Amino acid sequence: MDFFIDRLPLYLSGAGTTLVITLLGAALAFVLAMVVGMLGTLRNRAARAVATGYTETFRGVAALVLMYWMAFAIPQLTPYEIDPVFAAVLALGLNVGAYGAEVVRAAINAVPRAQIEATIALNMSWWRRTRSVVLPQAWAQMLPTFGNLVIELMKATAIVSLIGVADLTRVAQEQRAATGETIAAFTGALVVYFVIAQLLIVGMRLLERRANRRLGRLPASDTGLWALLRPPPATAIGGGRR
Amino acid sequence: MPQYETPLGAGPGAGGPLIRFDGVVKRFGDNTVLDHLDFTVAPGERVTLIGPSGSGKTTILRLLMTLEQVTDGVIWVGGEPLSHMPKGGRLVRANERHQRRVRRQIGMVFQQFNLFPNMTVRQNITEGPVHSLGVPRGEADRRAAELLEMVDLADKIDAHPTQLSGGQQQRVAIARALAMRPRILLLDEVTSALDPELVTGVLDVLRTVAETTDITMLLVTHEMQFARDVSHRVLMFDQGRIVEEGPPEQIFGDPREERTRAFLHAVLD
Amino acid sequence: MTWDWEFTGKIIPDLLDGLVVTVQATLLGYVLALVLGLAVALARRVPVLGTAVFAVMEFIRCTPLLVQLVFVFYLAPSYVSAFTVGVAVLGVHYAAYTAEVYRSGIEGVPPGQWEACRALSLPPHRTWGAVVLPQAIRRVIPALGNYLIAMFKDTPLLFAITVGELMYQASRIGGVYFRYLEAMTLVGLFFLLVSVPSAVLIRRLERRYAAV
Repeated sequence: MDFFIDRLPLYLSGAGTTLVITLLGAALAFVLAMVVGMLGTLRNRAARAVATGYTETFRGVAALVLMYWMAFAIPQLTPYEIDPVFAAVLALGLNVGAYGAEVVRAAINAVPRAQIEATIALNMSWWRRTRSVVLPQAWAQMLPTFGNLVIELMKATAIVSLIGVADLTRVAQEQRAATGETIAAFTGALVVYFVIAQLLIVGMRLLERRANRRLGRLPASDTGLWALLRPPPATAIGGGRR
Repeated sequence: MPQYETPLGAGPGAGGPLIRFDGVVKRFGDNTVLDHLDFTVAPGERVTLIGPSGSGKTTILRLLMTLEQVTDGVIWVGGEPLSHMPKGGRLVRANERHQRRVRRQIGMVFQQFNLFPNMTVRQNITEGPVHSLGVPRGEADRRAAELLEMVDLADKIDAHPTQLSGGQQQRVAIARALAMRPRILLLDEVTSALDPELVTGVLDVLRTVAETTDITMLLVTHEMQFARDVSHRVLMFDQGRIVEEGPPEQIFGDPREERTRAFLHAVLD
Repeated sequence: MTWDWEFTGKIIPDLLDGLVVTVQATLLGYVLALVLGLAVALARRVPVLGTAVFAVMEFIRCTPLLVQLVFVFYLAPSYVSAFTVGVAVLGVHYAAYTAEVYRSGIEGVPPGQWEACRALSLPPHRTWGAVVLPQAIRRVIPALGNYLIAMFKDTPLLFAITVGELMYQASRIGGVYFRYLEAMTLVGLFFLLVSVPSAVLIRRLERRYAAV
């Protein structure tokens, strides 16, 4: 325990780096997921082909491979060096964005046909229908899976330690190398990762509750803080990772 | 893309019928739902469509709302083609932009209400006027309050659709359709999804609309008494064709066709 | 520096060696994940043990696979190979996921099936073995298949503990020749070549089993 308390500032700064990369990667993934996911629901064939091409490519290649490619192959191909953090954010964002795009596409397609018909009867434009009716309803359905993806992304940020970024994993590696205390060094990092994950879970659960309340469907039992800490309900099978 | 010989201007113009079906055919796969259908509806007329299920009544409303597209034939609304548009002196399939412009005069109330669950009652009613018609927000809000007064739900303006009973939801849906100030209102079995005790409230609202406005109405309903009270004309459908048409007193009181008699016998007992 | 085809040809055999290790690690880890996941799913139904198992699995699921790999690699006695550590950690990590899949499958078996077993006085091993599990597993086959692909895509992490898989080979080649472009691009292509067809296959599985 003393080992960990002495090194708390180091671990916290590593956790800060991990968190920053997580949030930047999640922001990029979110934008990509929304844009590509919506492209995938259009009738236009070219738009759908772009969406499929993106999701198949970036789901197919692991973030680690992508990150190494950007960090090592791009400098060889072009005169530019890519900052390791930037390479990591890009790789994670592109990879998780591809999973997210599938979630967005499925959620939009799951909005009942009757709701679309009501927007036609009110003569709404495509954009208005999407903004006021389709996305708000699809949003509630996307959130649980988005929550899983954010956790996956956070865990995947550990790969940046392999290209020299001083994140939580790197801190644990360095402390082990310096002290030889393998168990203490790594348990500390694992616990911090776990805490970050729990914070992300609570945050996503709050968003979910707000989304469901907006749709007027919040089960009476799902109130209070306890509900936020409980394990997620059995969502779509294998919704976490595909 | 089918083209029609109909020269421009041959459609019903001002003073003519408001709605005209011109040889309309609708097929779903091999199933012919409407079979070369011709009929017209005059401005201000209230027409009830009756007939066994699967006879094509609801398809007529859905074609008018552009929820489905015709297989053949032309639908005219207010002297303009709805299913088609003029191009180079001929009629070609309408694009989305043309349909949006023409269908602005049409409103619809659905069997399952189809209120937007992510909006309050007020937002449901003002969304269309504000964003499709460009009505200023304040005016749309005032109109929403008036309409809710009319459907007797003034106190529910900030409620969520899920907090309302089916009958209340359907009355909001009627207010929502009327907020668009349509010339034509399509009512698709609007009481079929309701518990029996909630039907009266909805029908009373529609009676008021019929008595106090000159909105042209097309109704598909199983409420024969209501149809008799409000409609000017009744069309009896079977297998995608009009079997018989006439004023309600005649259709309900003295049907000429055997199929009409059999149908009314079945639903009224 | 641009693409060098001759160099590409030279490194392909080494990369293929790596690919073989990648596939081996994936398949062995997957078998472990399938078996262990089912055990965890069943253990979770036991009162006290279930809560403890859940807590451990939740911890494993919320922390990075890479850290777990490195941690266990350092702790393991020297006679245990890096490959064994890699397969074991991969399998245990993914068991935390497959357990949830099994659980949702078991919960998806209609209550009437349980009641029918009770009505027939079936012993537990028949209730589970002949009625519940066959139905539960059938409906989660596509989801389990997805995790096979996910595991395959996580195997490059094993290179951090010096398992000689695809990524390890590529990074070794890069280090020796100071050329990363060809090797890294080929690794990406190898992954696409396996992932895309398998995603198509999973979609077929979904169509076939989801209807049940």
